[in-house]
Amino acid sequence: MWIQPVLIISMIAIAVYLTRSTPSDRHLAIRRMLLFGALVVGIALVLVPEWLTAIARVVGIGRGTDLLVYGSIVAFLLYVVTDYKRSVQQDRATTSLARELTLAEARIEDLTARQRDEH
Amino acid sequence: MQPSTDAQPPPRDDEAWVVIPLYNEATVIAGVVTELLDVFSHVVCIDDGSTDGSGDVARHAGARVLRHPYNLGQGAALQTGISYVRQQAGARYIVTFDADGQHRIVDAIAMVHEARERDLAIVFGSRFLDARTNPGRIKKVVLKTAVWVTNRTTGLRLTDAHNGLRVIRHDAALSVNMQQDRMAHATEIVLQLGRSHLPWAEYPVEVVYSDYSKAKGQSVLNSINILVDLIVN
Repeated sequence: MWIQPVLIISMIAIAVYLTRSTPSDRHLAIRRMLLFGALVVGIALVLVPEWLTAIARVVGIGRGTDLLVYGSIVAFLLYVVTDYKRSVQQDRATTSLARELTLAEARIEDLTARQRDEH
Repeated sequence: MQPSTDAQPPPRDDEAWVVIPLYNEATVIAGVVTELLDVFSHVVCIDDGSTDGSGDVARHAGARVLRHPYNLGQGAALQTGISYVRQQAGARYIVTFDADGQHRIVDAIAMVHEARERDLAIVFGSRFLDARTNPGRIKKVVLKTAVWVTNRTTGLRLTDAHNGLRVIRHDAALSVNMQQDRMAHATEIVLQLGRSHLPWAEYPVEVVYSDYSKAKGQSVLNSINILVDLIVN
């Protein structure tokens, strides 16, 4: 089955990319652990697909593919939420940065205007 | 906009600084600034990344213009203006005013007067305290919903939430630190001013719905954005 190495390599690639591009130490550690876990599980499931079906039976879902779809939906929503939160944080940071820039510029303008008035 | 036709024009107010968030209002901003400068010594426009030269127009009209490097939103512009004015010596009141000419200057004057006379830290303009303003039925429902949300979240009892005309005394302005860049700031500023526990009141104002301000004003759909911004953040 040539799909197995393709899937495994792309999973590793995504995992490496994600762990390298996130800020904040504690969250980063948690994220790396989760990613590592997901990676191991992902590889295991690619190698032994029957496990997925077995797990699905245990949790009361008939087919492994269904479990995969549900898991993907949850993971996707998790991603949307964390990404939204992060973009809000970034917006706030850039807003305050832009504001400080505006206010600094205004202070310089006021200062030069005052100096011009004094002369 | 109607020119102030009062019999005795009051002297220029040196203590009340007018703050105007400005975004692409080049056709009307000169008139608004000129009329305000008849009454107030200091008019500060925050050019929020306008692409139609609004900032230059306002500057030529005599306003002090601060410039955002790009468009951040009305709430962000208002916060920049408030942050700027509270650093200015002699600034005792901040009057927030919309750029599109929907507010009447006589109302702003009356509200500053009210703040001084009754020693109020905050005066909110309200279009629903008398019958002068006619926003139309749909807009009224939207505005009343905003009022309801605002009252639920802030604990104040206002009759009008999203009214851009406010008078904020220097001590109350210190408690304003808005994070909402877009329109939900109107609720946020009420929340933060309310937490200051300083004396406040509402004052009846007229909102002039010209064809221009109707075209520029918030759409009904945008109220959904406001609601989501308020709930999610």
